[in-house]
Amino acid sequence: MRLNDKYTIMLISINNLHASINGKEILKGINLKVNKGEVHAIMGPNGTGKSTLASVIAGRDVFEVTSGEILYKDKDLRKLSVEERAREGIFLGFQYPVEIPGVSITNFMRTAVNELRKYKGQDPLPPGDFLRLMEEKKKLVEITSNLTNRSVNEGFSGGEKKKNEIFQMAMLDPILAILDETDSGLDIDALRIVANGVNKLRTKENAFLVITHYQRLLDYIIPDFVHVLFEGRIVKSGGKELAFELEEKGYDWIKNEQEV
Amino acid sequence: MEPDTNKILDEVTQGEYKYGFVTDIETEYAPKGLNEDIVRFISKKKNEPGFLLEFRLKAYRHWLTMKQPGWAHLQIPPIDFQDIIYYAAPKKNKEVTSLDEVDPELLATFNKLGISLEEQKKLAGVAVDAVMDSISVKTTFSDTLSGLGIIFCSFSEAVQKHPDLIKQYMGSVVPYTDNFFAALNSAVFSDGSFCYIPKGVRCPVELSTYFRINAANTGQFERTLIIADEGAYVSYMEGCTAPRRDKNQLHAAIVEIIALKDAQVKYSTVQNWYPGDRNGVGGIYNFVTKRGICKGSNSKISWTQVETGSAITWKYPSCILLGDHSVGEFYSVAVTNNHQQADTGTKMQHLGRNTRSTIISKGISAGKSNNSYRGLVRITKNATNARNYSQCDSLLLGSACGAHTWPYIQVENKSSIVEHEATTSKISEDQLFYCQQRGIDTESAIGLIVNGYAKEVLKQLPMEFAVEAQKLLSISLEGSVG
Repeated sequence: MRLNDKYTIMLISINNLHASINGKEILKGINLKVNKGEVHAIMGPNGTGKSTLASVIAGRDVFEVTSGEILYKDKDLRKLSVEERAREGIFLGFQYPVEIPGVSITNFMRTAVNELRKYKGQDPLPPGDFLRLMEEKKKLVEITSNLTNRSVNEGFSGGEKKKNEIFQMAMLDPILAILDETDSGLDIDALRIVANGVNKLRTKENAFLVITHYQRLLDYIIPDFVHVLFEGRIVKSGGKELAFELEEKGYDWIKNEQEV
Repeated sequence: MEPDTNKILDEVTQGEYKYGFVTDIETEYAPKGLNEDIVRFISKKKNEPGFLLEFRLKAYRHWLTMKQPGWAHLQIPPIDFQDIIYYAAPKKNKEVTSLDEVDPELLATFNKLGISLEEQKKLAGVAVDAVMDSISVKTTFSDTLSGLGIIFCSFSEAVQKHPDLIKQYMGSVVPYTDNFFAALNSAVFSDGSFCYIPKGVRCPVELSTYFRINAANTGQFERTLIIADEGAYVSYMEGCTAPRRDKNQLHAAIVEIIALKDAQVKYSTVQNWYPGDRNGVGGIYNFVTKRGICKGSNSKISWTQVETGSAITWKYPSCILLGDHSVGEFYSVAVTNNHQQADTGTKMQHLGRNTRSTIISKGISAGKSNNSYRGLVRITKNATNARNYSQCDSLLLGSACGAHTWPYIQVENKSSIVEHEATTSKISEDQLFYCQQRGIDTESAIGLIVNGYAKEVLKQLPMEFAVEAQKLLSISLEGSVG
């Protein structure tokens, strides 16, 4: 079930989304609209639902959507499986990328790339072209190691794992990329490299949801909009200055405002 | 709440066993049942010399005194040994000297199995000895190989042309007294492969045999003997497939390997015998005795197996490390799905000094199956400086299957080092989700992950087999092999 390719400028529209896990409600009415070409930052204290939001958009069935809707490319996203959502251009950069021993990154990416091509009615990429694509995208995140010899995320440092997520994103060229705390655990150099990679991939046709705890990343990936997620709801939205205000005043500022 | 990985795996189980078909060729059957007359009948049919008939009869009489062992972690329905036909051969009218003369139906069978005795295969450098229900149909390359002094032919042919070699080595590694099924095989073995590599010769091609059980109620009692003389090298591949049947079929083979001083034998198996249907009905019983002796110093024997078929698998390819500095290796991937059962592993017996053995066993269980690794590492008193490394891993798919490990370690020498590692794991939901989020569906993801898990073993296989094995692993878990 292919989605409409000529959708409106609004890429994803989340309306009054409620989601639970094991009966416990985490998302309590999320409203969010993201247009093509935009970068939205989602900030908020820990345990507030940021990763849950990312997982729900990606389609992880451990979370139950109890009410509300997600429209992606003007269609109800809930009708698509996880892999279908991925093939329709949704990419999730994981906060804690899992290891898959014995599966080389090259093999993994080639499978993913060719699945995407098959979905679009294209032939698989010939091996030579594929390897060239790998080399090109590796440069984006300054990866020098031979990925054929390395299993997916096995033995990777935190920074390497995050770079690997951006590398995969570059290979798959998604339309909506959700980066879940891509900056956590990174030193300043790794942060710069990852942010550079993301910036190079920004176009008028794609959009980014950057989930972060700290303002620091947003010095490098400059958002168009900043939203604050607190206790399962977006309680504040603004431009990039909101991030600075948060940094200055801390999340307690939000907490106090909400209590009032 | 755990997402229903089990449900996903259930859905993945469908599809027909893709090798299920029968060849319609006139076969000649012995009457059902086993007695001394049948043994004599078999020997007469094959025109065997006296010593071999005597060997068979001794084995048969010994078998009568034995009982089927019951110590394995297997549920084996009682086998009626009188309800089996012990000889079946397709009628051959004359000797075939070229492929044109081979029964086209037979050739079609081999083509269906993906085996071609055509020039393409020859160009690929693989010599094929195709066994069709107890008779070897054609041995290719024998002329080419004989130029090097290499003998590669059917066991029956070896009995006729090289009886002295047979007499010297047959039963020297697996005597007929060894176990119940070895005794049975020694009495009624039909055919198999024989290979002799002379001193200092490196066999230039991968040697290969394809098996096939065609007629109903015929047990396969294959017998293979490989001798690598001093300094020789050979890589041998065994791959089997069988058609779909409702009655269980007994497969009790024997493989003996002798490696003399400085010789190396590499024995690889990809096995996907009919495993029974999704409810556990039917399927092959694969009870095999495989053993190699590293007789000379510096000799080496490697066993690599990928076992995905059979209703019940019971085999322990083993090495006797007699020569000083000899090396034994065992690499195994055993997959069980639905109601399959496997009790498999190896025995490494260190007798000589400075001997080394490596055991890498990867078990994969799915469905309601049971998969056991059983291994013995034995270091005898005089085996100074022996080294063993064993790694036994189990991967469980779903929650109704079983994985078991029975490692036996017997050490009688203080200077030896024995290491044993074991892991048990499941494919995590996180791993599956990661793959799905990259656009890879569940079935493909499981295939990727399982092949990654088995990589260390698969890379030991000769190239031709490695590709077949990878596909086989994915398929056997997708369910087309039931």
